[in-house]
This record gives sequence, structure tokens and C-alpha cells, in this order.
Amino acid sequence: MVQYAQARLDASFAALSDATRRGVLEQLGRADASITELAEKFHMTLTGMKKHVGVLEQARIITTEKVGRVRTCTLGLRRLEEEAAWIERYHQLWSARFDELDKIVEELKRKEKVDGRKKRK
Amino acid sequence: MDAKRESEPTPMKNRTTVERKSERELVVTRTFDGPARIVFEAWTKPELFMRWWAPKSMGVPLLSCEMDVRTGGKYRLEFGQDASNSMAFFGKYIEVTPDSRLVWTNDEGGEGGPVTTVTFEEKGGKTLLVMHELYPSKEALDAAGTGAADAMPEQFEQLDELLVTLGASAGRL
Repeated sequence: MVQYAQARLDASFAALSDATRRGVLEQLGRADASITELAEKFHMTLTGMKKHVGVLEQARIITTEKVGRVRTCTLGLRRLEEEAAWIERYHQLWSARFDELDKIVEELKRKEKVDGRKKRK
Repeated sequence: MDAKRESEPTPMKNRTTVERKSERELVVTRTFDGPARIVFEAWTKPELFMRWWAPKSMGVPLLSCEMDVRTGGKYRLEFGQDASNSMAFFGKYIEVTPDSRLVWTNDEGGEGGPVTTVTFEEKGGKTLLVMHELYPSKEALDAAGTGAADAMPEQFEQLDELLVTLGASAGRL
């Protein structure tokens, strides 16, 4: 969990360290846009803009979807990813709880054994 | 990647699974290496329950736990760093069948709370535990998930705020 959080933070801050990418986020805050539109707006080549969009997408700050020949960029996570992320956190919590519960089960089993022996005597 | 490290044995650890069974249901399963009466005891005796319900990684200690484990009985858990800044979870048991089944309500969130059913099924000295949460609606389950996002590290909150600010300054929000 900690490692995952750290990796996501690193990716997020790296993504935000660039002025163009911050500009792209502001732009997407106004409305979804295609990579071509973004490239024009920021006076960039399509290839250059694709790279920036790739970094933002990997940091899971934006998502993209290709419809026909146009790739549209949207601010924020996909719903599916959001759900996967919280189910993962829920899983972490229950795994941690049950690992502790294992210890108690072992302890109670040992205690039953000892008590059983006492009774037989 | 260090493949060796991954294959190191982790004895006694059984796998926990979490599945969103439907729009309104979450199911968690886990096997324990002990009889059902023991696992059940750990879910129903406050002094035992308190030792596992709030593992360190959760980040918030369990301050108190009261449970009247019988049909119609109430429970109340308080989490927090101290009593002045605590958060309570409460509800009542609607079914208690010793060693095999527990059903309770989660009332702290008003009407949106799920009904939790835990079954303990013993087989060959091991116990399969199934925890089933049924929410009143899809929206309630989704909201609980978003609520879980609130438990993210505070750096994420700052990042989220930044994104909201960016969105707001651009006039979207």
C-alpha cells in the first residue's frame, strides 16, 4: 500500500512539474479535448503533445478514449479505475485484519489444547 | 524484479478475496486454520475483536468496543486518536447463530448503511469465512467506495485539491 501510494505520488508530481502539462490540465478542466486540439492550442507537434498526454495518463490524472480516429482526453480517473482503486484499498484493510485474526486463532487453539490436557489429568 | 523474493514461503497465510458481486453487494472470503467456534469467538468477544479489527496499517486506533451479541443486541465501535476526536460506528445484531452466522446493521450512515452477514463454515478443522455486505442501493455502495477514498494518505488529498483548483480556476466547477 505504502509503495503503491509512493509510486503514484512520484508519477503525479512528475506529471505536474511541467508547465505545458499544467496548461493541458487547465484546458481539460474547461472541456474535454482531442490531442490534435491540444497540440494546436499549445503550438506543438502532435508527437510532442502525445508524449505529454501519455505522462498525464500514466499518472492517472487524465484518461483518454479513442473514438474513430480521434483520441479525446478527459480530466480524472475512469469510473472503473476508481472502483478498482477503492476495492484494492478495501482488500488491503481486510487482509491486514485477517492476518491479525490468524494470530488470535492460533493463540486460542493453543489455549484449548492446554486446557484440554488439564481436564484429562 | 526479484523473483526469488516473491516465491519465498509465507506460511499459514490464506488468501483474502474481495468481490463486488452485484451493484449492491460486496463479498469478502477468507479461510482460517482453526475451528468455527474459535473464529466466531474472535468476532464476538470485545477483548478479542479489538485486537484485530483495527490493524496498525489502518492508521486509526480502536478506542472502545461494546457488543451485546444476541439477536436485537446493539454494538458500538469508536475509532480515533483520542476520545475528543473520535468517530463512532454502530448498529444492531439482527441474527446471531453461535459458531455459524452473524448478521448486523450498520446504522452510523443513516439509511444508506449495508446489512452485513458473516457465515462461518467449518470443514476439516478449518473455517471458511464469508462476509457479505448488502447495500440498500447501487448509489449507497458507490458512496461507501468514495468514502473509502477519504482514507487515502493526505498527500493525495492535497493532490486532489490541486486538481479541483485547476478545474475551478478553469471555470468548470
